[in-house]
Amino acid sequence: MRSKFGSPVLDASARLLAPFMWLFAAYVLVHGHDSPGGGFQAGVILAASIIMLRLVRGEASPPGLTSRGALTFACAGPLLYGGIGIVSVLSGGNFLDYGELPLPMDPVQIRVLGTLGIETGVMIGVTGVLVLIFDVLAPWDDGTV
Amino acid sequence: MTEILAPLFLSLMVVCAVAALSVKELLSAVTIFGAFSFFSAAFFVVQDALDVAFTEAAVGAVITTVFFVCAIKRTTGRST
Repeated sequence: MRSKFGSPVLDASARLLAPFMWLFAAYVLVHGHDSPGGGFQAGVILAASIIMLRLVRGEASPPGLTSRGALTFACAGPLLYGGIGIVSVLSGGNFLDYGELPLPMDPVQIRVLGTLGIETGVMIGVTGVLVLIFDVLAPWDDGTV
Repeated sequence: MTEILAPLFLSLMVVCAVAALSVKELLSAVTIFGAFSFFSAAFFVVQDALDVAFTEAAVGAVITTVFFVCAIKRTTGRST
């Protein structure tokens, strides 16, 4: 419970704020096609919430997301993005031609899902990279991942 | 309204930029640079570029400030 970081006020505010930031990131992600926002902005908001938790509660916060986990995120995002592109090439279209994705649905729905998929990839990648940069720069870190 | 607000935010950006350059304490410079980013975001809102304003407010004003503060933690904290 006791840690050398933060204070009860900071702790309570960060705990209160983080779920709403995650909700807002999800909103920005899924509404990116018809309102300001999109994958990059959602990723930045998510990364800002994680960096806020790390600033207030220290290195091991939020529990379960280590620097290694952030590195995995940073690699999984581009993998998802490129994977969707490659799958649409393999099923006969151009690179990132969402309409060709092999899903049992209406082409319009497949297109929307494909866009959401690459936006999610962008979000995961941006989140991972920003958290990773913070972890490398953080005062308690020795500069390695 | 735009005719008043856009020059106002632009001139505040100039003021912040000059202040950030002239101040000796690096932490103050970073804080003023965050204010610069917020005025920049407000200018983008006035220009109806909400997408850019969003990104500027999140990346420019929050994330870069945190990164700069972390970088300053590793230096002496004063400009020579």
